[in-house]
Amino acid sequence: MLLALPILVPLATAITLQLLPQYPRLLRRVAFAGAICALASVVSMLLRVEAAGIQVLRVGSWPAPYGIALVSDLFSALLVTMVGIIGVAITASSFAGVDPRREALGYHPLIQVLLMGVSGAFLTGDIFNLYVWFEVMLIASFVLMSLYRTRAQLHAAYTYVGLNLLASALLLTAIGLLYGQAGTLNFADLARAWPERGTPALDGALAMLFLTAFGIKAGLFPLFFWLPASYHTPPAAVGALLAGLLTKVGVYAMIRIFTLLFPHPAAGVYTAILLLSATTMIVGLVGAIGQRDFRRVLSFNLVGHIGFTTVGLALWTPAALGGSILYVLHHMLVITTLFLVSGLFLRQRRTTDLRQLGGLYRSQPAVACLAMIPLFSLAGVPPLSGFIAKVAVIGAVLNTEHYVIAAIALATSLLTMLSMARVWEEAFWKPAAASPPQARLSAAIVAPIVWLVCLTLGITVAAGPVYGLSMRAATQLLDANGYVRAVLGGQGADAAR
Amino acid sequence: MELLLAVIAGVLYSTGIYLMLRRRLAQLIIGLGLLSNGTNILILSAAGVTRGKPPLITPITTRADQFADPVPQSLILTAIVIGFGVLAFALVLAHRVHRSTGSDDIDTIGPDRV
Repeated sequence: MLLALPILVPLATAITLQLLPQYPRLLRRVAFAGAICALASVVSMLLRVEAAGIQVLRVGSWPAPYGIALVSDLFSALLVTMVGIIGVAITASSFAGVDPRREALGYHPLIQVLLMGVSGAFLTGDIFNLYVWFEVMLIASFVLMSLYRTRAQLHAAYTYVGLNLLASALLLTAIGLLYGQAGTLNFADLARAWPERGTPALDGALAMLFLTAFGIKAGLFPLFFWLPASYHTPPAAVGALLAGLLTKVGVYAMIRIFTLLFPHPAAGVYTAILLLSATTMIVGLVGAIGQRDFRRVLSFNLVGHIGFTTVGLALWTPAALGGSILYVLHHMLVITTLFLVSGLFLRQRRTTDLRQLGGLYRSQPAVACLAMIPLFSLAGVPPLSGFIAKVAVIGAVLNTEHYVIAAIALATSLLTMLSMARVWEEAFWKPAAASPPQARLSAAIVAPIVWLVCLTLGITVAAGPVYGLSMRAATQLLDANGYVRAVLGGQGADAAR
Repeated sequence: MELLLAVIAGVLYSTGIYLMLRRRLAQLIIGLGLLSNGTNILILSAAGVTRGKPPLITPITTRADQFADPVPQSLILTAIVIGFGVLAFALVLAHRVHRSTGSDDIDTIGPDRV
């Protein structure tokens, strides 16, 4: 039951929000309360998984390979916890005011549906169900993105819609072919049955189909172009939600499918992932240097850092995968915070164009110091969480003697530093343009940023335990047998490799 | 039958992709529709086509060769429903783009041309 709560709570909140009388203040409070309940449920789930190992919920009591199972191992539980944390931050940020038309068109329920879709994708143990959660999440994000109709937003929305639908079609194709080969859709059953029945030729084709489909969603080079073209247009809270969660679902699905279905570290597809990760780092962060809009800088940084989260999968060692998991956790927090900071710019100056910003340090020193933490955490300045995550990833890369990849990762970290320092210089230090409009910042717009920054600092302080959790999650992922045993029971594991 | 379905799926995929590469939004949407239908046919043919047998297990049909596999059919049903919803959304989006910009050519409605 605990496993279903991260899905049921947002669903119940979304339905309640639709049924309630449409008073903005009431809606915001209910949405926030729902997010708090969801956070409580995911934290208790994480504690349970941490203490008792992989948890399985057979929905409708159907035995595992026939019905849909919800499965939560440490990796899923950690990511769902992040969803809860980000959900609280985003619903809290709506207290600062949402554009009234957007609110009337169902902003609050859509946020809940999006959170539900992401949690579902992280928890499902069935590959077709994963596709369905992807669609739930996508349709909510489509609507959130196009609720408003400025020209730039419409342009961004259909770029986003078109490419994501193409990715969905590819994913569905891969699922159809996989079912044709293996005759099952359950992850654990696939992991058990697939290696014997798979034909090598189709194996490669399937791996590439999955890589392309999830690569589009995750924003891997060369499939990331929809991301910087769309993430800078929606309002800051929506941008933060999409940036923090959606690409990570692609990364999650990639890690989950590949560790279970293609457990051959020497396979060509892992070389492809390694090369794509390295190229993604370079292209994303070089792209960030040329951008003049804060949110476009962030979008390119988001793309570049996806490379760090997939490199662990390519190397297939517990240390590297654990490093990547830690990186995913850190990056989800920090990139969401930074998109919320861009909302602060919008509130104060009505723009996120770095050329027109400036003087924020002089006018708001406390807020500037607050914003400095995620900026430099993303760049990987010690002792912040970005530094710890980067040490974990790059250390593991060095251990596997991929020196070129390590050099690329270090060089791109410098580029992140450069682009973040430029943001700091342009937005905060540079003298302001002539008499900028000064809006007062309410507590409601700063509070979510404080909440996320505290958690980033929490990762810094509790670096040891969080690192340990990531490593345990990685070990669990690489042991497909354990997963099969947990889902199918004892008899399944004996038949596995 | 499998060969025919495979060819149809291939044709739908290629026309779908071709239309998605065009510049007009209407063609993008028709391309998406063709692509999702191609996928549905692919699921059916990849899982194996059973001729003349219902996907139902009754007291008389209990052996595996007496009924068709119901899973691909339910997958396709789900995919059709999702595809329909998504396509409806895409049409509304295109209609909005057309109404606010008076064009459905991707090049003329880009954010850079005002």
